[in-house]
Amino acid sequence: MQTYKAPLRDMRFVLHELHDSRRILALPGGEELSPELMDSVLEEAAKISEEVLLPLNASGDEEGCHYENGVVRTPKGFKAAYDLFRDAGWTSLACDPAYGGQGLPEIVNKLVEEMSCATNLAFGLYPGLTHGAYLALRDHGSEELKARFLPKMVDGTWSGTMCLTEAHCGTDLGQLRTRAVPQPDGSYRVSGAKIFISAGEHDLTENIVHLVLARMPDAPAGVRGISLFLVPKFLPTTEGAPGARNGVVCTAIEHKMGIRASATCQLTFEDATGWLVGAPNKGLAAMFTMMNSERLSVGIQGLGIAEAAYQSAVAYAKERLQGRSLAGAKRPDLAADPIIVHPDIRRTLLTIRAYAEGCRALAGWVAQALDLMERESDPAAREAAEDFTALMTPVVKALFTDIGFETASLGMQVYGGHGYIRDHGVEQFVRDARIAMLYEGTNGVQALDLVGRKLPAHAGRSLRRFFHPVAAFIEAKKDDAAIGPLVQALAKGFGALQLATAHIAERGQRDAEEAGAAATEYLRLFGLVALGFMWARSAEIAAAKLPAANGDAGFYRTKLATARFYMERILPNAFALLPAIKSGKAAMMALDEADF
Amino acid sequence: MKLLVPVKRVVDYNVKVRVRADGSGVETAGVKMSMNPFDEIAVEEAVRLKEKGVASEVVAVSLGVAACGETIRTALAMGADRGILVETDAELQPLAVAKLLRAIAEREKPGLIILGKQAIDDDMNATGQMLAALLGWPQGTFASKVEIAGETIAVTREIDGGLETVSLSLPAIVTTDLRLNEPRYASLPNIMKARKKPIETLTPAALGVDPAPRLALVTVVEPAKRQAGKKVGSVAELVAKLKTEAKVI
Repeated sequence: MQTYKAPLRDMRFVLHELHDSRRILALPGGEELSPELMDSVLEEAAKISEEVLLPLNASGDEEGCHYENGVVRTPKGFKAAYDLFRDAGWTSLACDPAYGGQGLPEIVNKLVEEMSCATNLAFGLYPGLTHGAYLALRDHGSEELKARFLPKMVDGTWSGTMCLTEAHCGTDLGQLRTRAVPQPDGSYRVSGAKIFISAGEHDLTENIVHLVLARMPDAPAGVRGISLFLVPKFLPTTEGAPGARNGVVCTAIEHKMGIRASATCQLTFEDATGWLVGAPNKGLAAMFTMMNSERLSVGIQGLGIAEAAYQSAVAYAKERLQGRSLAGAKRPDLAADPIIVHPDIRRTLLTIRAYAEGCRALAGWVAQALDLMERESDPAAREAAEDFTALMTPVVKALFTDIGFETASLGMQVYGGHGYIRDHGVEQFVRDARIAMLYEGTNGVQALDLVGRKLPAHAGRSLRRFFHPVAAFIEAKKDDAAIGPLVQALAKGFGALQLATAHIAERGQRDAEEAGAAATEYLRLFGLVALGFMWARSAEIAAAKLPAANGDAGFYRTKLATARFYMERILPNAFALLPAIKSGKAAMMALDEADF
Repeated sequence: MKLLVPVKRVVDYNVKVRVRADGSGVETAGVKMSMNPFDEIAVEEAVRLKEKGVASEVVAVSLGVAACGETIRTALAMGADRGILVETDAELQPLAVAKLLRAIAEREKPGLIILGKQAIDDDMNATGQMLAALLGWPQGTFASKVEIAGETIAVTREIDGGLETVSLSLPAIVTTDLRLNEPRYASLPNIMKARKKPIETLTPAALGVDPAPRLALVTVVEPAKRQAGKKVGSVAELVAKLKTEAKVI
């Protein structure tokens, strides 16, 4: 069974204890917020996720979306759930109060996103896409466009999309062919065909605001000739109501492995009226400003699935009676012991848990940096936060989504054959998790971004935003009585990461293929060390608070035990990556294309 | 008309409660606490009456430790206008609660008090009735429907044989049953606004009430574990066991 209770205690740990929410509250925009308010928001989000979104997850997957004559219908119950979600104001959570938003920090937003991803990934994409479009428009749209469109997107009456991909180009957007022809009134006529447009057409909102990458007639070739346009499904009237139908139609929806309740659309634009967003030919840059937040959100999808997989697997491991404990019957009163008595089942469950909690901690750190980028008044602090998010974005996106799929598979393993059949709902996690490794830039592309752009950025300054705090922590805590052994394990992993980084810097500078050959393993190594750092810090807090914890003692003891599991059973995987990274490109480049 | 809605902070209904090792009660340290679900129904009904224009103000009251303020915030997020917290670390039994609520009712002069029929922690089902007696107001308990017309309220009550409707003159006490309504999800803007709504903090002494327990709790124990069943081979064996072992026939 898909079961889910939002891990509120751990979320509060990440928000207040590990990343000290007061730091955000002390900055401009935080005056009206308090830790108690954040907790109330998380509690209510948990209720909606558990009671409204979760019950539609399996049914939405089973039914999928319906397409007929350009019209897309979402599965039964989605419209009512979206109305409830929107009426309760959840689409406006992290948006600017100037446009009707609630102005809550990103770190709270990402925790709420985790809940919707865990309970109904497909549903969460609809408001998620709108939020991405909101960010791009907020940062680059003209005042007039923002005034016309943002309030409706913030309150969720209208939804948003990102129209990048075309049939012949996804990663390499320089090849795109959609055209935008300027009109005397300052608008543009947009024509072309886009594919893989999530939420491109659906019945949840009265209007859909497409952000479309296209080329102007005199634009330079390649990525330097791409501009961003806003193309609504219905042209708003002067009163702001949806007016005449614009020239954009959905010609088909994709039949997919997972997230079947999310409408993935093919869109055709024919002389559709649109408006330029940002400067001409700077469309990609406009898109990329919201990419850090969006890629973190995709990472959160992996985290949400990991948590959902964990809870479902634990429930089954406690109730499934098979065989006896290797140490003799643990429950002689029952026909057999529950399978959770077995070390291998526990290894599986703890692996998922250690990944999920580690990812939650790391996501909190990066989300806090997103908040600091927006809210800090000190330019040096803003720059530090920008460097850090830029560095960590590919790591979080690729690592978390790899983990989402791996842990969904591990969770299924606990079910044995019962996990493979539909009835228990856990095979859906495997199918739903898989897409997150692909969209918003495949994980291979993320790895290249990390080694090719982020490592060398600002002569290594970005990298130091991560390396320095880790090194300082290890130096300060390596002989700590409570967590010393955990810190020493982290130090070993960090040592491997430093060697790998030096290797890539040296070899990659001479030969870019060398960096490319090491990229995926390097990102994994980086990610495992980052999770290790989060676990060591979590253990430090847990050890300090345990003696006076009273009712929370169980929580902190479990934290410490899971930290130990991570350091002993998961982090060593990182050490093995170093020789692979150092082996270079020779083996994989040796084959002639014809030999494949 | 002003409505008064008492709300109690209890162990969340999802939590599997455990008895403290010393038998002094159930474990509440580190346990998720929430508003008593029957009280949520009471808040919902009060807010609906306000939305219909029948009531002008909804005041949520909670009694107990400082954390009860969070329970009041939940009511404020659902739509109550302001809160009153009577703060005390003392153990509060229904009679003390009813006396404190009477003192508040005398100050606030509400036209109607709506409260849960019972709290899911001790299932006493006593406070509403005691409060009605202390105030000398009519009571409509276990309500599944309420309709206010002028100075009277028609309360449909869930009773053993079905439904019974009583007509009470206001001011009155109504206690809620499960089917009265389905409480709403608090909206995000209302959660934010709830932080700005006023909560007045009082003490039992300020209200002139001595909350000391009148009942002594002897011990709290877990229910006995259910024994495994036995298979019988024949009807005769079953009858014999019912006679000699179960001693029910």
